[in-house]
Amino acid sequence: MTVDRSAAFLFMIAGYVAGAIVALIAPSDRIARGATAIGAASGSVAGLVTALAVLATGDRFELVRPDMIAVAGGVAIQLDSLGALFLALVCSVGLFAAVYGFTYTADYDGRRSLRFFGLMFNAFLLGMSLVPCAANVFTFLFAWELMAVASYFLVMTEHESSDARAAGLWYAAMTHFGFVLLLPMFLIMAPAAGATAFVDLRAGASALPPAARSTVFALALAAFGSKAGVVPLHVWLPRAHPAAPSHVSALMSGVMIKLGVYGLLRVTSDFLGTGPAWWGGLVLAVGSLSALGGVLYALTENDLKRLLAYSSVENVGVIFLGIGAALVLQSYGLPALAMVGFGAALLHTVNHACFKTLLFLAAGNVLRGARTRNMEQMGGLIKGMPVTAMAFLIGSAAAAALPPLNGFASEWMVFQALLSGAQIAKPEVAIGSPLAVGVLALTSGLAAATFVKAFGISFLAMPRSDAAAAAREPHWSAWTALGAFAAATVVLGLFAPSAIAAMYRIVESVTATPRNVTGGGGIWLLSAHGVAAVSPLLIAVLVASVAFVAFASIRARGFDVRVADTWGCGRIRQTARMEYTSSAFAEPLRRIFSELYRPTEDFSVSVHPEARLIIRSITYTTRIVPWIEKALYEPVTRGARAIAASVRRLQAGSVHLYLLYIAAALMAALASAWWFE
Amino acid sequence: MSRAIAILFQTLLAAGLAPLVGGFIRWVKARLNGRRGAPPWQPYYDIQKLLGKEAVVSRTASWIFRATPFVVFSTSLVVASFVPLVAAPAGRFIAGDLFAAVYLLLLGTFFLALAGLDTGSPFGGMGASREMTVVALTEPTVALSIVALALNAGSTSFSQIVSRTLAEPAAALGPGHLLAFAALFIVTLAETGRLPVDNPATHLELTMIHEAMVLEYSGPYLALVEWGASLKLFVFLALAVNLFMPWGIAVSLAPIPLAIGLVTFVVKIGVLATAIAVLETRVAKLRLFRVPELLSASFVLALLAVLSTFLAR
Repeated sequence: MTVDRSAAFLFMIAGYVAGAIVALIAPSDRIARGATAIGAASGSVAGLVTALAVLATGDRFELVRPDMIAVAGGVAIQLDSLGALFLALVCSVGLFAAVYGFTYTADYDGRRSLRFFGLMFNAFLLGMSLVPCAANVFTFLFAWELMAVASYFLVMTEHESSDARAAGLWYAAMTHFGFVLLLPMFLIMAPAAGATAFVDLRAGASALPPAARSTVFALALAAFGSKAGVVPLHVWLPRAHPAAPSHVSALMSGVMIKLGVYGLLRVTSDFLGTGPAWWGGLVLAVGSLSALGGVLYALTENDLKRLLAYSSVENVGVIFLGIGAALVLQSYGLPALAMVGFGAALLHTVNHACFKTLLFLAAGNVLRGARTRNMEQMGGLIKGMPVTAMAFLIGSAAAAALPPLNGFASEWMVFQALLSGAQIAKPEVAIGSPLAVGVLALTSGLAAATFVKAFGISFLAMPRSDAAAAAREPHWSAWTALGAFAAATVVLGLFAPSAIAAMYRIVESVTATPRNVTGGGGIWLLSAHGVAAVSPLLIAVLVASVAFVAFASIRARGFDVRVADTWGCGRIRQTARMEYTSSAFAEPLRRIFSELYRPTEDFSVSVHPEARLIIRSITYTTRIVPWIEKALYEPVTRGARAIAASVRRLQAGSVHLYLLYIAAALMAALASAWWFE
Repeated sequence: MSRAIAILFQTLLAAGLAPLVGGFIRWVKARLNGRRGAPPWQPYYDIQKLLGKEAVVSRTASWIFRATPFVVFSTSLVVASFVPLVAAPAGRFIAGDLFAAVYLLLLGTFFLALAGLDTGSPFGGMGASREMTVVALTEPTVALSIVALALNAGSTSFSQIVSRTLAEPAAALGPGHLLAFAALFIVTLAETGRLPVDNPATHLELTMIHEAMVLEYSGPYLALVEWGASLKLFVFLALAVNLFMPWGIAVSLAPIPLAIGLVTFVVKIGVLATAIAVLETRVAKLRLFRVPELLSASFVLALLAVLSTFLAR
């Protein structure tokens, strides 16, 4: 079957644009919601068709319109298999987010403008879909900025809360920090004025002097790293992702930050090619810092959506570990081993998109049911929301890298990529890569603790608030999205060998290295030379059959089950106050890593004025402000405020003064015109 | 076909032998304390008795609580089916490598911690929190020990590591191997809830970890949880003896090597179990917040193992 790819591509744009416009002019909120969802869904389906057509055949799809906005170099679209993978991710998450959003945004009916929301939602999807298709600097930057601006307005949906406004400010500042770095990066790469097509950049990159190449790399790492949310450029992420509506959070955490990964891969492995080993080392260091930092802050977080956002920082770190290992191996002339690293990074990108979308959408259901994001007020949700609980459990197990789900498969591949680094006979590599292995192992152990907490405290035991006790499943249409991503999480885990083979094909087409690693050995996930193997499918079958045999034989013997109270040392009635809380669960690890957290603690006892032994109340408050933010960002924000304060003196509010400014500016303009003539 | 039968045989052997290890340690400890103690095969009686009793399930618990014993038991048993016990023939005969074994055991712990939280009992939550803390801190040590072994063998697969150590007996006594063994031994104590990290002999003490987590279990559920825990201990001991001292292990599936393998395996496990029993009579339980120091010491040992393996090459 042949697909007219340019028709599908144009249909995608038309779908998003129509969704945006119809939503904007819709007569009622309900119609606006419908138009938003239908436009976004049809655009996403068309985009998915385009992407899959490119992925299936492997040949590129091009659409160049130099006459459109010719002054900036025209619009150029080219979709290769790397771009198609990311387009497929954007569109599949976009499709289900649109379906989910139709009922989810019903809560906003009458409360805020769903017309504007619909415009921005579709613009956001359009921007994200165009980024991996862009083939010249103008198109890329346009799509990149469209994505950033639209998502800024989506973050500000609940703009009456000061948290959302602060999140929006941080987000706007950080995303423009990245944008500002992109411009010089492209400028250095452009071989001549006007040659801004990616083909020219690719051709010109090999002729650049080493210093310029390294500068391009460093700029790309900082610019795309800030979008991907790596530590220490992650500060916007745990603020902005939770502030947005849950299906937008899913899009942001599931795919938008992945476009940072896309940009980094495009510039380093496609344009620049092989670089010195320190590039890989730097990426490994950034990846380790993000993986560990992200999971440590996720662990102590009590806000369910912030916890998930920090977990995204961790997973981007894992992806960067894969890329870093690949860059190091590439620089030592081991392209076959490097392919394992790139393949692992891409596979984890796809896997994380699946389980993080699943988790955010399930968290959206929780938010609607329990009316809070604070885990300390949840509990027992598994009884009222069994489907959401199942979805969240699958997502949690995948995020904790447990077999046989997809998170395990890609982390196993990252482990193998890092291990092959230990074979290089250079002390810094031979010590650095085992350390990265240790970091990754600690990260996944802490991730397991984090998600035991996230699922156990929110969904299990007794409800800690009336809202949590009354929480029920939302409309069934929310389940389609959960079901789709839960299924993807399981299937990508069980059939990971086929998935990694597909990733190898993509890496092969981008880095132009022949594939001599055995990718999909049937059911076996293999390391570079096939010396280590694991079969998630076989493990799943074995575990399931042993559990079934155990269950059947115990069932056959027969046993009585008596339902009784939880044992409580003789207390009369169990209440939710006796349960372990979210803070208590994380307390041992918080103490162990207290040097990193540096919590502020405030403990006060108020006593009766007449008898000091009678205690009226004891209050204990503790807060963790990440010290990276304090150390790195406080001086910057303080400096910006100081400059703003001194600039304010110019604006005294007097009309005479302003007239003087205008006159001075006019004089200066005239003088400079005379001077330059 | 013979491989499938060998796997089945090994799985049954592990399931049958695992309770004996725990009972044996308890018996040796009793003897060292000057008590007569229960016979080593007491755990079999316990399991049989528990299987015949009714199970009491908390009102607050969900299906997670009832499913967990099966998850714990089956993950431990599947890991036991693919670590080398009596034989380690080359080729692909097992479902996973060292990483898969570690992560599959983590799956069991994950569910056990959830079940601890599920009943809403403060003991369960406390146990779950502490167990996840200890497990998270042991992961890097386990991974680095794997790296140290894999550096020698060039792979994380069991049969590669075993055959490499058999081929080069000198490497097995080298500093890299010994340090990695020491690191993995400390991790074994921590992961399986032995002294000085956790005390397997007490219930209802504020210091307990694993026992607090499974406090609500009874009847056949408890039998499965206990059996799974003993399988985990068995797997860790088997890994320690067979990866570091594989001598005697059968490399083919012929009857005579298999018989030799079985005898040497039982002897090696017995020696290591005795060592644990002796250790447990000599040390006191560490305070919970001293445990990280022990675990970071084991991490440093594993790191040194990696470094010396690298330098020795």
